[in-house]
Amino acid sequence: MIFKESVLFVVGKALIPLIFLFALYVQFHGDFGPGGGFQAGTIFSAGFIFYSLVFGFDRLKRVVNISILEIIAVTGVILFVGVGFLCMFLGGEFLNYSYLSDDNLVGQHLGIFIVELGVFLTVFSVLLLLFFCFVDR
Amino acid sequence: MSVVVFSSVYSALLTATFVILDAVDVAMTEAAVGTGVSTILLLCTLRYVRSEDVECRKISWPFVLFSLILGSLLVFGVASLPYFGDPNSAVHQHLSLYFIENTLEETGIKNIVTAVLASYRGFDTMGEVIVIFTAGVGVLCLLRKEEQSDL
Repeated sequence: MIFKESVLFVVGKALIPLIFLFALYVQFHGDFGPGGGFQAGTIFSAGFIFYSLVFGFDRLKRVVNISILEIIAVTGVILFVGVGFLCMFLGGEFLNYSYLSDDNLVGQHLGIFIVELGVFLTVFSVLLLLFFCFVDR
Repeated sequence: MSVVVFSSVYSALLTATFVILDAVDVAMTEAAVGTGVSTILLLCTLRYVRSEDVECRKISWPFVLFSLILGSLLVFGVASLPYFGDPNSAVHQHLSLYFIENTLEETGIKNIVTAVLASYRGFDTMGEVIVIFTAGVGVLCLLRKEEQSDL
């Protein structure tokens, strides 16, 4: 049992929001600095797992549900593939983002943003799904 | 048990190596997945399968010899690799130059790694995402509890 005064509890409480914030920073700053969907997804799910280790798995189950995670995982893949097909419908090749907008650069930006979001959602939810499957038995 | 701890320490050292090699994004993934998540998953697995540490006394000399020979061959192979960051090495002659010269004007993305990963090699990345998704589905099929499937 973890006491409310323990070091892990105090540090976790302060650190977990920062982990989430850093993951989002890595996600949305990926155009300029190192990082992107894969990194942000792993960091984000690591934040949830850290929460579960400090505060207990039952409290994590109150925050996220395994069926929601499944939906998020599918959404990520659909986003990625959907952008690819959208480019085809707009007259380009599969995953050629330049056709998403009239401006070449805007289209590329938009495409990469959506694709990275899809990667983030899938990586995050699958990692957390693995954790759920292994712990909740 | 000690193997799990050792693999965690190994990934932590690997993270430091990636940082030294300026691959910060790989280092972030390694720190989160290799050091954190996979260690926890392995510990969870150890909880379900009965495990006991077996003390190993007997040393198998043929295998020691084999691993020594293999290790020295690998070190020998490293010697003929191009120097780190050498601009004249073969890999930096064709595509790298194209990406460095054209990425900014073609995509408007300042981070070449992101542009290559998501735009030029978008199909490849889509395959990776689907691989991760498939792995998740596989684990779900094997380990998901029945009473949870009330969607």
